[in-house]
This record gives sequence, C-alpha cells and structure tokens, in this order.
Amino acid sequence: MAWLRDRIGWEDIAHLAAKKEVPIHRYTVFYYLGGMALFLFMVQVATGILLLLYYRPSSAEAFESVQYIMAEVPFGWLIRSIHSWGANLFVGVVVLHLISVFFLKAYRAPRELTWISGAVLLFLTLGFGFSGYLLPWNTLSYFATKVGTDVPAQIPGIGPLLAQILRGGSDVTGATLSRFYGIHVAILPAITTLFLGLHLILVQRHGMSLPPSVERRGPGRSMKFVPDFLLRDMVGWLTAVGILAALAALLPWELGRKADPFSPAPAGIRPEWYFLSMFQALKYFPSEIGGVPGEMIGVFLFGAIAAALVAVPLLDRGASAGRPSVWWNRAAVLALAGAVALTILALLPAGRPAP
Amino acid sequence: MLRYLVPPLSSEPSLSEVELDVKASEILPNSGRIVPFSGKPALVFRSASGELKALSATCTHLACTVQYRPERADIWCACHNGVYDANGVNISGPPPRPLTKLEVNVRGEKIVVRRV
Repeated sequence: MAWLRDRIGWEDIAHLAAKKEVPIHRYTVFYYLGGMALFLFMVQVATGILLLLYYRPSSAEAFESVQYIMAEVPFGWLIRSIHSWGANLFVGVVVLHLISVFFLKAYRAPRELTWISGAVLLFLTLGFGFSGYLLPWNTLSYFATKVGTDVPAQIPGIGPLLAQILRGGSDVTGATLSRFYGIHVAILPAITTLFLGLHLILVQRHGMSLPPSVERRGPGRSMKFVPDFLLRDMVGWLTAVGILAALAALLPWELGRKADPFSPAPAGIRPEWYFLSMFQALKYFPSEIGGVPGEMIGVFLFGAIAAALVAVPLLDRGASAGRPSVWWNRAAVLALAGAVALTILALLPAGRPAP
Repeated sequence: MLRYLVPPLSSEPSLSEVELDVKASEILPNSGRIVPFSGKPALVFRSASGELKALSATCTHLACTVQYRPERADIWCACHNGVYDANGVNISGPPPRPLTKLEVNVRGEKIVVRRV
C-alpha cells in the first residue's frame, strides 16, 4: 500500500481533498448540479460503450441492430433506454446548472473562463444529443437530421460546404450516419474531455463561488468537500440512478419506424425537447425579411444568442465590479420565458395542419 | 485536412428521365405518392380532376419531404407547416420558393418523370 501511495502521490491528493471547503448558505443546493451533470455524463459514457458492442453504423443495419439490442440482447432494452433517458436528463441538468450559475453570478472575475468552458460544454452536450439522435436511423431522427443539417447550410458563403461536410454528401444518407457515429463516439468525446478537464481544473483552482448577496455578509459557515459534500452528492447520484431505472423500466424508449428517404415527413414530427424552441421559432420566420431569406435570419439570431451566452462574463462587466446585473437578469428571464413558451407551443399542436 | 473532410462528389448518375415502378392507374384522383427520382424524392399526384402532376418533394425551406394532402388538395410540409398549392407554389408558412416542377408523361401504363 505504501508503495502505491508513494507512486501516486496520495498524501498530496488527501491534503488537497481535506483543504477543499464548500460554503453553506441558502443557495448551497445549486452546487450539486455540476456534480450531477458529471455523474450523468459518466452514465452516458458507460451505457454508450455497452451499446457500441452491438450497434452497427450503416443505413442498412443501424435500425436492425438497435432492434436487436432491444429485443434479443439480455438487458439491452434497459441499457438503451437508460442511454436515451439519461441523455435527456443530462441535457436538463446541464441547462439547470447554467441557469443557476448565471443567476448566482458565478461567472464574475476570476471565473470567466470557467463559464466560457461550461458554455462550450453545453454546446458539446447539444452536439451529443443531435448526433446521437440519428444513430437509430428511424423516421423522426432522419427528418430531424435533414432539417438540422440544412440549418447551417443557410450561412452565406461557407454554409453549403459546412452542410456537405456534416452530411458526408449533398443529402442525409448512410454516409451521414457514418459521420454522425464518428462525431458521437470519437470527436465529441475527445473535445469534451479537453473542455471538461479545463472546467474541472478551473473549478478546483477558484473554489466555489459565493453569490453576491452571501458575499456581502462576510465569512459564513462551510462544510468539508470530503466527506460531507461528497456524501450528499452521492445521495443525489443514487436518486438519479433510481429515476433513470424507473423511467427506463416503466417508459422504455421507443424505436419508431425505420427511416425511409422516400416517404414524406410524418405529421407531428418534432425534435427532442431541447431543440423545440428553435424548431418552433423557425416556423414563424417568414420566407423573406427585406429580401433576406427568413431561415437565414433565424440562423443568425440563434448564432448571436449562442455567442452572447459564451461572452456573458466579458459583456456583463458590472457584475465583476460588484454592481447588480439588473438588465442581464431581465434579458435572461425574457429569453427563458420565450424559450419555454416556444417549447410549449411546439408541443401543443402536434401535427396540426395549416389553417 | 479540409479536403479530406469534404466528401467526393457522388458517382451516381443524375438521370434526367426516370420510368417509375408505379402504374398510372395506381395513383387515384386526389392522391399522391413519393417516388425516387434520380436519388431524390419526387411527388407524383393526381388532382381531383384527374390530372397527373409531378414536383420535387424537397421542401424549399429546410429540405424536409413534402406530402399531398387530399383533404385540402394542397401540398404540405409537416416539419414547419409549410404549404404549397397544387402547382407547387408556396402559399403559406416559411417556404421561400415554389417546388421544382417536373414533367410527367404516361406511356401505356408506365409513368415517366423528367426534368423540365
């Protein structure tokens, strides 16, 4: 044991863990969201690796291989359902983490890079969702990918080339499936590992951020990260496992019908819930605004919102200087309310024909 | 690296005329179906008056595949609720342009679709 301790530098690790403190205040509960997101990511990695053992990434076999996983492989239905439900829970927790960090102003100096790396991780998470959605090669995922890959094609200049690179051709075909598989299981995990590493190092370096209202009151109570906070974290993870297992067992994730490039888009088609607001917004852009195609304006608007999200700590200088970010908070509440309203609208009229 | 990522152009021939597997009598008045036309979906439909028509089935908004709606005798894209009339002209929703027209002929029982 001493041999191993010497070689891995156990004393240093133990010293670091013993030193780490977590502040106790009325918002402490939000500190658990980051750990929860990390845990759900690990669940996705584990179940994803298990699915890799049977999944076949070709348009001829993808659907059948998922069908085989669900119907023939022992506990295959459970692994696939946990992976699908877990993806949704993971995106939900990441979004909640971002919202809580925003309103608790944890992006103030010196934590700007922690926020920026976190925002990039959110986009990578959405990339995982988008690329993974196509892999079962069913009707819904096929058309969602057709729309999703046509959106970047609207960018003037490089758009068509970008769409061609994404699709592996001019249309969504088996070549797109191969690319999305590579993106989902190799490219995104590699980039995510880098950004996740950076994010965790920065969290470790700067410690937990105190919300301005708590900071103003001066030093308060705290708990040890190991074991007090970690044990509480683990209770949350155990609860997440319970929720995931219950969802997977009671509401197994459906496979749908195999994609047929020569069938019309079915009524009621829509993407996963986290893309619904964008999907619904695209319905409201008229075909042309001042001579510019509506969808192009939509793409620029989404891009501008994404850029503003990444740059929040650089734009909201007042927060770092100790001033309240009233306008930023109002803008965020407005954006959130808009996203929720659009999502509800997208869910309400499933398949409603045009008036 | 960029050149590696850009896929080579498809070697599939781009046909200007295709004989469909569907018989003309199989497409009833006020109904339509999606057929492959040179690797892309095309919509072949018969109006209520019995006229046979063909259009590209790729929505001009974000490339979903459209369908003929018998109850309204129009063409609908389920993805973003875009609507075209029976001539393929965009009449409501986000589509920016009409659907591409195709020429359709009946030779005996065979339907032949070709680019205009």
